[in-house]
Amino acid sequence: MKYLSKDVSLRLDVDRCTGCKMCTVVCPHGVFAVENQKARILDRDACMECGACALNCPVAAIAVNSGVGCAEAIINGLLTGQETCCGGDTCCCAPKAS
Amino acid sequence: MNNALQANTCSQPDPGAVSVASGGYLGHTDSAWTLADHLGAIGVRLSIGRMLYRVTPGLYTLGTPGPDAPVLVTANYKLSFDQLRRALAGINAWILVLDTKGINVWCAAGKGTFGTDELVGKINECRLHERVTHRRLILPQLGAPGVAAHEVRKQTGFAVVYGPVYAADITAFLQADLQATPAMRRICFSWHERLAVAPLELVLYFKQLLLLGLALALLSCVPIAGHFWSAFEHRGILVFLLFVLTGALASLLGPLLLPWLPTRAFSIKGACLGVALAVLGLWLVGPAWSVLRTAAWILLLAAGASHLLLKFTGSTTFTSPSGVRREVRVALPVQIAMGLVGLTAWTAAGFLPTW
Repeated sequence: MKYLSKDVSLRLDVDRCTGCKMCTVVCPHGVFAVENQKARILDRDACMECGACALNCPVAAIAVNSGVGCAEAIINGLLTGQETCCGGDTCCCAPKAS
Repeated sequence: MNNALQANTCSQPDPGAVSVASGGYLGHTDSAWTLADHLGAIGVRLSIGRMLYRVTPGLYTLGTPGPDAPVLVTANYKLSFDQLRRALAGINAWILVLDTKGINVWCAAGKGTFGTDELVGKINECRLHERVTHRRLILPQLGAPGVAAHEVRKQTGFAVVYGPVYAADITAFLQADLQATPAMRRICFSWHERLAVAPLELVLYFKQLLLLGLALALLSCVPIAGHFWSAFEHRGILVFLLFVLTGALASLLGPLLLPWLPTRAFSIKGACLGVALAVLGLWLVGPAWSVLRTAAWILLLAAGASHLLLKFTGSTTFTSPSGVRREVRVALPVQIAMGLVGLTAWTAAGFLPTW
């Protein structure tokens, strides 16, 4: 399943990339591929902006405005000016187990 | 989990491990699930005790791990911990439980509580350097949005190896010398996963569903001419039951039918489902409603189901914040407008019986 991807903020600086493949390891949606020691964005459409690739890239070649794709959090953000997942302690996604 | 609760702390000598002066919590656990573990797992899916379903953060022994046994890291949401220890049946391992305030790995990683600082802190608190001779930690892949592997290595000397997305694949991963197949690296959102998170939606919104149903039932009885109760019996009860039933059905069918509902936008998926269920309900029950009342009903259910599915973005595994932001900006005003127009038409239908 894919979601609205027009505004996806994922950016890759190929010049910095050392081909360590960490991005292909952490991405749960197979967004990256590494060929000839360089990463490339294989499936931008599938990016959910979780930020795992950017945080784990040792040479900071990846940038993404990461966050949680949760309408409740975004609506809370519009109302209060602060995006919290369903308000502080209660997280809409807590029942997921992994 | 009884064992884990009886656990001692790191300050007490632990047989088989080096003694530790002070620090984090040390416990023992096993792979078996008790009846309470099963009931708890069902309960949290229904929002019962969900925010209190925690284990004490710290280092746990599973079986009799030696200094060369693998160290696996997880969150202190009890369901996360339970699924990991169950998947590790027959394996001697260390389980390092981070303090994620009772939130699962992925959500906690998103918030940063399953994060680099917390991991580094727990490694030091529990004196992991003294308990194992290797310098390797196995983290769930979905913890990666919170943890910078190269930072952990720099600060502690421990190399972070990201394991599979699903705990069920952990033994295969360990047996394959810490190599994950491409399939183990991918998150899915299969029908059983969607069905597992759907009841929570229903529980969370059930009160609103009842109140909205009651409001629509009362509004269907205006203008109050003659006996209110006979009008309520005649139409109100039907409205209430039909609304609650349709709403409950939408909160289950929405997640279940997600891939097949039209477009990528959850709000449109929901609106389509709402219209379909409204029409189906009217066709099955066949109430003698005017055109205006029928149209108002369909509009209200479309708005409601649209909003319900928009909220469901928070329970999925593939929606991006940029996409949700775009969708909320467009869909929310439309949903509010549909709701207001629907309510007005629903009320007006009582005054315009021939429409």
